[in-house]
Amino acid sequence: MSEHQHIKLPEGSIGKTTTTLNLGPTHPATHGVFQNILELDGERIVKAEPTVGYIHRAFEKIAERRPLYQITTLTDRLNYCSAPINNMGWHLTCEKLLGVKTPKRVDYLRVIIMELSRISDHLICNSIVGVDTGAYTGFLYVMQYRELIYEIYEEVCGSRLTTNMGRIGGFERNFTQAAFEKLERFLREYPGVQKEFESLFSRNRIFMDRTRGTGAISAERALNYGFTGPNLRAAGVDYDVRVHSPYSSYQDFDFQVPVGTRGDNYDRFLVRNEEIWQSLSLIRQAYEKVQAFKGAEADVYHADAPEYYLPEKKDVYTKMEALIYHFKIVMGETEIPVGEVYQSVEGGNGELGFYLVSDGGRAPFRLHFRRPCFIYYQAFPEIVKGGMLSDAIITMSSLNLIAGEMDA
Amino acid sequence: MTNEFIKQKLQAKFGEALSEWGEPYGMLTVTVPRELNLKVLNFLYDDPELAFRFLTDLTGAHYPDRKGEELSVIYHLHNLVSNVRMRVKLYTPAAQPDVYTATGLFSGANWMERETYDFYGINFLGHPDLRRVLNVEEMDYHPLRKEFPLEDQSRIDKDDDMFGR
Repeated sequence: MSEHQHIKLPEGSIGKTTTTLNLGPTHPATHGVFQNILELDGERIVKAEPTVGYIHRAFEKIAERRPLYQITTLTDRLNYCSAPINNMGWHLTCEKLLGVKTPKRVDYLRVIIMELSRISDHLICNSIVGVDTGAYTGFLYVMQYRELIYEIYEEVCGSRLTTNMGRIGGFERNFTQAAFEKLERFLREYPGVQKEFESLFSRNRIFMDRTRGTGAISAERALNYGFTGPNLRAAGVDYDVRVHSPYSSYQDFDFQVPVGTRGDNYDRFLVRNEEIWQSLSLIRQAYEKVQAFKGAEADVYHADAPEYYLPEKKDVYTKMEALIYHFKIVMGETEIPVGEVYQSVEGGNGELGFYLVSDGGRAPFRLHFRRPCFIYYQAFPEIVKGGMLSDAIITMSSLNLIAGEMDA
Repeated sequence: MTNEFIKQKLQAKFGEALSEWGEPYGMLTVTVPRELNLKVLNFLYDDPELAFRFLTDLTGAHYPDRKGEELSVIYHLHNLVSNVRMRVKLYTPAAQPDVYTATGLFSGANWMERETYDFYGINFLGHPDLRRVLNVEEMDYHPLRKEFPLEDQSRIDKDDDMFGR
């Protein structure tokens, strides 16, 4: 070895008093693919510089040559913890553009599915906050109920994680008896589990010490940063898309919007827990409403929109119109009306918006996803500045950052 | 607060400068000249009655057929108190896509503008940190512009055994 070997250090790195730490992009504690270059003074964060885009897949570009129904699979991969909400949001956007009116039963079934996915989304987020504070038990314990939710998805659409659930105008098939039985089982058993989960954390001394006062953001800053969803509500602003711009007949339901006061990690945790209770109540109400449909009405699971809703296979073989529509839909040869539409839904972590511009072609001219994660993650440096590194990890989890949604 | 009221307020303030009024699917839409974008956003933000203080979304679009004003920036604003949404658009030539940044009003516009710059190359004047956000920094084009068509799915000149083409 030559003793004249020199390592070229960056300018000014000898006299520097802070440490640069590269956290991510594949660090186990970030629970997703994103990088943070942190400037540390001891264990305190002086500066954080987040980098995103590691799993950018150009969905907005891909969507520009796909017929509407094929874009559903892209939305699955945004926030993959609550894919059905994204699917429903996309169907609602298309229905708004095409002027398709969905029957009430479809709306209620959608509410059931969307609230189930909200529960599974919040469940993951909150239990991961538990993992990051050192309590693995909660995570493992609630996982079997997320599994049950996934089994319900499976009964409804056949898949579990990236669901591609539903069609423009409704669902691809009616809910089976098994789906309703599983739903009943979930409604019966889950409240007890949620109670236990909360008693494990909510008043736990260690958990409270770790989460209270850390990662806080004021309501004013949160609004200015474009926060939505549980993170905004934890800061004390009761903005909820389900209330402000009701979709899928949310106006028929009775539910509350929980808000926090300080916008810290603890409040976010509590708000998500309370939202799970509200979702359970919404599912119960929706299930009651669904059960109230009798006779022929109980078999309605899609709108009457033959131009956009795939006909039944047996009709394709026997009926001329069905064959034509089947061909046109599958080949993506249906012209979309000219228009410009913005539709948003309350996703697992905020307002998930779809901005769709159509020039009358067969694919959208322009499609933009408003991804709540991407918008609020930019506040991360401001939130963690001056705090401890270990708190920043909890903040990252408690903001519910989903790399798939951030990068689109 | 009705769309008509917002329209009158804006017209009283800016007069003929605003154009292409519309209400697609109930959302008030207006096009502003690109040099007036900040003035309009500021007015919408500061006016105690309008109070559009929440920037829901900021994105771009490329219209190659609009010669001389190919690129577009679209703002979705929300008044959370009266619960009214509106859309503000502007067009800018692709040759000189300079638009004033909205980061002074909305901190959340920072990354959304970076994203718009990344995909459409719109140069936000005064932006504190205008770098690419989702694509790699070495990239020298703006991929969501229409001059980059997606690959023709029926092409046969590629030999790619791995993916069966």
